[in-house]
Amino acid sequence: MLSRVAENVYWLARYVERTENTARLINVTAHVLMDLPVKVRFGWDTLLTITGSGPGVKGRGEAAVIRFLTADYDNPGSLISSLYRAREGARTVRDILPQEAWEQINAVYLEAGRNLARTPDPRARYNHLNAIVRGCQELGGIVEGTMSRDWAFEFLRAGRHLERADMTTRIIDVRAASRLPETVGDLTPFENVLWMGVLRTLSAYQMYRRHTHGMVRRPDVLTFLFTDPLFPRSFLHCVSRVEESLHGLPGADGPLRTARAVGKLATEVAPGDLKREELHQFIDDLQIGLAALNDRIKDTYFPAAHAAGQ
Amino acid sequence: MGKCIDWDAYAPGAAYDELIAGGGRARPGAGRLCRFLGRLSATELRERKAAAELAIQMMGITFTVYNDKRSAPPAGIDRAWPFDIIPRVIRKSEWDRIQAGLAQRVRALNLFIDDIYHKQKIVRDKVFPREILAGSRNFRPQCVGFSPPQKVWAHICGTDLVRDKDGTVYVLEDNLRVPSGVSYMLENREVTKRVFPELMGSIRVLPVHDYPAQLSDTLAAIAPRRVARPEVVVLSPGIYNSAYFEHAYLARQMGAELVEGSDLVVADDDRVYMRTIAGLTQVDVIYRRIDDLFLDPEAFRPDSAIGVPGLLRAWRKGNVGIANAPGAGVADDKVVYAYVPQMVRYYLGEDAILPNVPTYMCVDKKVRAYVLANLEKLVVKPANESGGYGMLMGPQSTKRERAQMAARVKARPREYIAQPLVTLSTAPTLVGTRPEPRHMDLRPFILSGRDVTVTTGGLTRVALKAGSTVVNSSQGGGSKDTWIVDTSRGA
Repeated sequence: MLSRVAENVYWLARYVERTENTARLINVTAHVLMDLPVKVRFGWDTLLTITGSGPGVKGRGEAAVIRFLTADYDNPGSLISSLYRAREGARTVRDILPQEAWEQINAVYLEAGRNLARTPDPRARYNHLNAIVRGCQELGGIVEGTMSRDWAFEFLRAGRHLERADMTTRIIDVRAASRLPETVGDLTPFENVLWMGVLRTLSAYQMYRRHTHGMVRRPDVLTFLFTDPLFPRSFLHCVSRVEESLHGLPGADGPLRTARAVGKLATEVAPGDLKREELHQFIDDLQIGLAALNDRIKDTYFPAAHAAGQ
Repeated sequence: MGKCIDWDAYAPGAAYDELIAGGGRARPGAGRLCRFLGRLSATELRERKAAAELAIQMMGITFTVYNDKRSAPPAGIDRAWPFDIIPRVIRKSEWDRIQAGLAQRVRALNLFIDDIYHKQKIVRDKVFPREILAGSRNFRPQCVGFSPPQKVWAHICGTDLVRDKDGTVYVLEDNLRVPSGVSYMLENREVTKRVFPELMGSIRVLPVHDYPAQLSDTLAAIAPRRVARPEVVVLSPGIYNSAYFEHAYLARQMGAELVEGSDLVVADDDRVYMRTIAGLTQVDVIYRRIDDLFLDPEAFRPDSAIGVPGLLRAWRKGNVGIANAPGAGVADDKVVYAYVPQMVRYYLGEDAILPNVPTYMCVDKKVRAYVLANLEKLVVKPANESGGYGMLMGPQSTKRERAQMAARVKARPREYIAQPLVTLSTAPTLVGTRPEPRHMDLRPFILSGRDVTVTTGGLTRVALKAGSTVVNSSQGGGSKDTWIVDTSRGA
C-alpha cells in the first residue's frame, strides 16, 4: 500500500468522524439548551471552544455560530469543510475504497451542501444534521460490510477511532467546564440534564443506563465515557481499536508503544473523582497523548518519513 | 399524458443522422429505441433525464475543468459529466467492418513506430518523406534502437471517427499518446442501464464491460519479470488533471495501484519501486497518463514535477514496461496521419479499410498555395495539438482569423494541415423534452499486445450547442451511450 494513499485513507476517516461528531454536538446542544433555565445557559459560544475554532464569530449568537460551524467553507473546522476534505480525500483513493463507500461520501457531501445553506431554521436543522450523522454511520456500515480487512481498512479504522477518542474528550471537556457549579443542591436536576446531554451527544445514554444500572451522575458518567471497555465511543475503547488496527500493520512497534501509553493514561486515574480543574488537566494530557500517537503513525507510515529516509 | 416525441417532426438537416433517416423513419437497428422513446410522455422523459443526472452525480462521474472558480468549495473543479440519454446506435454488421479497419490501422501504426526507431525502411523506400520525420515534434531520439516487448509501442490507441453527409465513416485522427475517454464509455453504459432497464432487456445491445480486464491483460503481458502477478500501476499527474476521474476509475477496475510521480523512485539498480507503508515494492508495468516530456526529468523536461527521475533509463534497461511506450507519439501527428493509408499498404500489403479525411499538407509548396487560396472552405489544424485547440473552421471564420492563420501557416508550414469540412453526423439529442439534431463523433479504443482488440463501440462525443461541431468536453461537449446492436435474424 502506498504511503501517500495510507495517509489519505487515514485522514479521510478522521474527517468523516469529525463531521459526524460535530453534527451530533450541535443537535444535542440545541436540545440541552432548551431544558436549562436561562440563568445557567452556557450559550452557543462553547461550541466554538469544543471544535477548536478560535474566537471566530464569538458572541454573535446562535444563527452566526451555527452557520460558522456548519456551512462556512472559510472555517476549516466547519462541518462542510470536514466533509469537503473527506470527499476530496476519497476522490484520491477511489481505487482503494469500495465503490459504494465513495458514492456514500459523495452523496452525504452533496446533500449536506444543499441543506446546510438553509440550516439556521432550527426545525430543518435537526433533520439535516441527523441525516449527516446517519450518512456517516451508513458509511461505517458499508465499509464494515464490503471492505477487505487489508491495510487500507486498518488505516481507515485507526483514523476513525483516533478522531473519535479526541472528539469524546472535547465534548466532555467543555461540558464539564461549563458555568454550572459542580454540586450545588438546587441545580442538581440541571446538572443531570447536562450530563444526560453529554451522553446523548455520544449516543451513550441508553448503553450507560444498561451497563451502570444507575442514575445519571457525574462520576459514573465520567468513568463510563473514559474507561468503559465495551462502549464504542468511550476513550479507552477507541484507543484499543487503534491499537488493534496497528497490530494489523507492518512495522508498528513504535506507534503501538505510544498507543499503549495513551491507553494507560486513562486507566491510571479514577476519572470520576477528578475535580473540575483536575479533569481539565487530565483531558489535556489525553489529547496530548493522542497527538503524539498521531505523530508516531505519521512518522512511521506517511510520505514525509520516507522522503527523509531516502 | 400524451406522447411527447414526434419523430415525423424531427428535422435532421443536411447532415447524416445516426437514428432517423428522414420522414421520421428510424434507421435499421434503431427502430425499437425510437418507438419506445415515442411512447414516453413529457413527464416520463423528464423523469428519465433526472434519473440520469442523479446517477451521474451520485456515482461521482466527473471531469475536471482547469481554473474554474465559479463554485463555492475552495477547489470545486470536478464537474458532473454532461450526458444525453438518447443512445447512438450502430448496426453490428457495420461495426464489424469498422472494427477490422481500426485493428488494421493500429497494426500498421505500431509497425511504423518500430521502424522509425530502427532502420527507417519506410523512409529509405521513399514511402514516407524524411523531411516530415525531421520536423516531428514527437520523435524522441532517446528511443532510437530500443525494442519494447512484442514490438508494440502504442498499446492503447483512441481513434476518432466521423461520418460525413453521404454516410461514409472517416478516420479523423489517431491518439497514441495518452488518449482518454474510455471510462466515460463504460460509465455511460452503467447510467443507461439505470435509466432504461426495460430497453436494455429487449434490445440486443452488445456489452462493453470487458475493457478493463483486457487492458489489465495487455499491461500484464509487458511485464519484464516473469512473475505470477506483476505489479501494474496507473501513473497519474494527480487530482487536478482533467482526466483524473478516469485514472482512478481504471486503476480501481483493474485492481492496480494509482500512483503519482512522487510515489515512485528509480533506485541504483535501475529498477522502479513505489513507496509503500512497508518500504519499497518493485513496479513491473506503468500505465502512464503523463505526456512523454513530463515523464522523466532526467531524460526530458528537467522542470517536470510530476515525473520520475530515471524512468527512461529503467525502461531502456528492460526493467519496467511502460504503456504507451515513450516515443509512440511520433505517429500521433496530423501530418504523419496523412500517410497511414500508405503505411497500411507498405507494412501489411493491404488496402486501408477505413479512409482518411483528405488532408492537405501545408509543407508542400503547391498544396500550401491551394490551402491559402481556399481558407474559407477548409479546416486548418495544427499538427500536434489535441482538444480542438488552435483550429480554424474556414466557413465560420472571420477575415481577420483567416489572415492570422495564413501568417502562421506561412511561418511554420510543417506544423499545419488542412482538410475539407466534414459535416459531422447528428443524432437526436434532448433539448428539454424535444429531440434536436446535434453533431457528434466517435472514439473507439484499440488495445494492442499479442492480439489487437477494439472496444465494442466507443465514446460518442456530442456538441450540445445547435450547429456546433466542437465535441470536446472541455469546450461544451457532452456524450451519449453508444449501442452496437445485433440486428441479425433471431437477435
